Amino acid sequence: MQHTISVLAENEFGVLSRVASLFSGRGFNIESLTVAPTNEDGMSRMTIVTRGDENILEQITKQLNKLIDVIKVIDFSDGSAIEREMALVKVTAEDESRAEVLRIVDIFRAKIIDVTPKSYTIEATGSPVKIDAILELLRPLGLKELVRTGAVAIGRGAKGWKG
Amino acid sequence: MKMNGARIMLECLKKEGVDTVFGYPGGTVINIYDELFNVKEIRHILPRHEQAGTHAADGYARATGRVGVAIATSGPGATNTVTGIATAYMDSIPMVIITGQVPTALIGNDAFQEVDIIGITRSCTKHSFLVRDVNDIATIMKKAFYIARSGRPGPVLVDLPKDVQIAQAEFSYPESVEIRSYKPNLVGHPRQVEKAVAMLLDSRRPVMYVGGGVGLGNAAEELTALARNLEVPVTTTLMGLGSFPESDPNSLGMLGMHGAYCANMAMTHSDLIVAIGARFDDRVTGKIATFAPHARIIHIDVDPTSIKKNVRVDLPIVGDVKDVLSKMIKQVDKHKDKVAVFKEGLAAWHADVAGWKDKHPISYKQSSTIIKPQYVIQKLRELSDDDAIIATDVGQHQMWTAQFFQFNRPRTLLSSGGLGTMGYGLPAAMGAQAAFPDRQVIAICGDGGVQMNIQEMATLVQNRLPVKIVILNNNFLGMVRQWQELFFDKRYSQTCMELPIDYIKLADAYGAKGFLATKPDEVEKVIRQGFAEKGPVIMEFKVAREEKVLPMVPAGASLNEMVLNA
Repeated sequence: MQHTISVLAENEFGVLSRVASLFSGRGFNIESLTVAPTNEDGMSRMTIVTRGDENILEQITKQLNKLIDVIKVIDFSDGSAIEREMALVKVTAEDESRAEVLRIVDIFRAKIIDVTPKSYTIEATGSPVKIDAILELLRPLGLKELVRTGAVAIGRGAKGWKG
Repeated sequence: MKMNGARIMLECLKKEGVDTVFGYPGGTVINIYDELFNVKEIRHILPRHEQAGTHAADGYARATGRVGVAIATSGPGATNTVTGIATAYMDSIPMVIITGQVPTALIGNDAFQEVDIIGITRSCTKHSFLVRDVNDIATIMKKAFYIARSGRPGPVLVDLPKDVQIAQAEFSYPESVEIRSYKPNLVGHPRQVEKAVAMLLDSRRPVMYVGGGVGLGNAAEELTALARNLEVPVTTTLMGLGSFPESDPNSLGMLGMHGAYCANMAMTHSDLIVAIGARFDDRVTGKIATFAPHARIIHIDVDPTSIKKNVRVDLPIVGDVKDVLSKMIKQVDKHKDKVAVFKEGLAAWHADVAGWKDKHPISYKQSSTIIKPQYVIQKLRELSDDDAIIATDVGQHQMWTAQFFQFNRPRTLLSSGGLGTMGYGLPAAMGAQAAFPDRQVIAICGDGGVQMNIQEMATLVQNRLPVKIVILNNNFLGMVRQWQELFFDKRYSQTCMELPIDYIKLADAYGAKGFLATKPDEVEKVIRQGFAEKGPVIMEFKVAREEKVLPMVPAGASLNEMVLNA
C-alpha cells in the first residue's frame, strides 16, 4: 500500500539525515522524499511517499514522531490530500516527431522550456499519476533525460495542519 | 561573567548536579581538561579505554538513576565510545556523552582525528547536537540532559568543536527547557486505565510481564504493591530482574530463551498478559506466531513505538509506568468486591503455576569434584550483602546469574540486555562503585568478556574502587560453544581460548589481590577472602568446562518448546 506522509520538522542541522537513516536503518521503503522550508521560521516540511502494510505504516509514523526534531507527522489517508509533482523531461524531437511531442505537451498542459533542432525540454506538473501518463506517451519518442521532484502533498479543505 | 566554552560546559555539568564524569583527554578536549583543573566539584575518573569510560557512565546511571556522563576526544576517542553508546541506547539508559571535535573551520576537511561522530552514532543515540556557537552551549546542555532523562531515557551526544571551547561568552544556565517538537506523553489515559483494570479483573489466568522500564521508571514499589494485592504471577525480562522480588511466592523468575519453565508455560497458557515497560524482544517471545496464543495483551509503555512493534496489542497505554501503575492501584481499590471474587477465581491458575514450578525448577547437578558455575552464583548470593550491586558481561555466566542469583531489589543488576555487549561488566561495576563507594559491587564475568576490558583493573586500583571481580573460567566462549554443541555437531570453531591466563598474577601486576578456586570446597573460602579485602579483587573459579545454560528455547522455537536436559 502506497502512502504519503508529511513531516514537519525543526530546520536543524542533520534533520534530513535523521529521517533518511531512520528509513534505511529500520528497513522502511522511500519511494520519494522532498524537503523545503515552510512559511514558519525554522520549520521544514518533508513529503515522503512510502509503501508498507498497516503495521509498517503505523511504525513509520510512530518512529518519525519519536525523532526529537520532528514537530508533527501527518499520514494522509486515501483522498484526504492533494498531491502534485513536477517533471523536467528532455525528449528527442526531430522531423515528424516534433509535432507529436507538441501535441502531447498541449494535451497535458505542459510547457516547452528549452528547444534545440533535435530536442525539446518539457516541464510538466500534476498529480504523480498524470506525470506517469505523459512519460508513458513520451517514452517511445525517445526520452533522453528525466528528473522528477517527487510528490508534495497538502490536506484538502479549509483547515491548515494546525487545525 | 565571561568564560570560555570549555568552562561553560563544565559549569553546565555542575548545574545538572553531576558529581562524577568518566573521561579520557586528547587534543580536542584539552581545553576542557585544562578548565577541569580548577573545578573541584566534579570527580573525574580516567579509564584506560574510552569504551570502558562510556560503560562506566552507563553503570553509574543504571545504579543511581541519574544521568551518566562520559567525555572523549575527537576521532578515535569518539569512535571508541560507540559500543558504550549503543549498549546504553538498546537498554534506554540516560547518558550524556561529550566528544571533542576539530575546529569548526576544519570540519569536513578530513582533519587530523576528525570523524563525523554525529553521523556514526545517529542510529544509536536518542539525539545528538553539534555545537557551532559558544553562546549555544548552555541551552544545548540543558536540552541534552532533559532529553536523556525524560520519556524513554537514552544516550545523547554533544559534539563540541575545539574553537567553540576556546571562544568566550557569558554563562547563564536556562531555568527550564521547552522543546516544541519533543513532548513525551507521561500521563496514562484514565479511561485506558479503567479498561485495563476491568480486563485484568475479568481474567482467569493473568500474568504480569515486566521489563526494564519498571526499574528505569522507579516503579518497582508500585508494581510490587499491585501484583501482591491482586496475587497475580509476575515474570520479568533480564532487564526487569529486581523490579519484583524473586523471593515472593508469585514471582516466576525470568522468562524467555533461558527463562524458567514455569514463566514460559504461564505466558503460553495465560488469557491476559499485562506487559509493563517491556518490548517483546525476540529473546523473550520465541517464535512470534505461536507466542501467547490464548492471551489478550495490555501493553503499558512510555514509548509508543514499542507498542504493536512485534506483537498485536489489545489495550495500549502510553505513559510513565509509575503514573499508570499508581492509577491502576487506585482503580483496583474502587472494586474491592470484584477483587475478592477475582482472587478466588485464581485458585486453579495458581495450582497450574505451582505445578510447572515443581515439575521443572531452575536447577543443575552438583558435583563434588568440579566447580559448577551455578554453585558459585548461589554462594555469591548467600555470602553477599542484600543491597550488593551485580554487573555482568554477556554469555553463559550472565544467564546463570539471572537464573540463580535471586534479585530482590531494583537497580541491583547491571547487564547489557539489548545489545549483549561482552566487556560491559567490569567497567559498569566500576561506574556503580564510583557512585556507591560503600556498597558491595560485584562484576561477574566469563573469561572471554573480562579480557575485553581487563585494562580497567588499573582504573579500579588507582581510584580505590573495590570492585570484586568474579571470573567463571571455563576457558571457552561458553555460550557460543553451547550453540556449537547443540546445533553444530560439537564443531568448536574458534571458541576455545586455549591459552590459560594466570589471573592471580594479572591481579598482582595491577596491584590488586587475586584468589583462585579449583575445587567445590574452595568456593566459599575464596568468596569470603575476596569480600574481606578492602581493595579490588579478582576471584577466579575454574568451572566445569562444558556446562550448559538450561533450560533453553532454541532460536526460532516456541516458548513452550524448551530443551530441559540436553
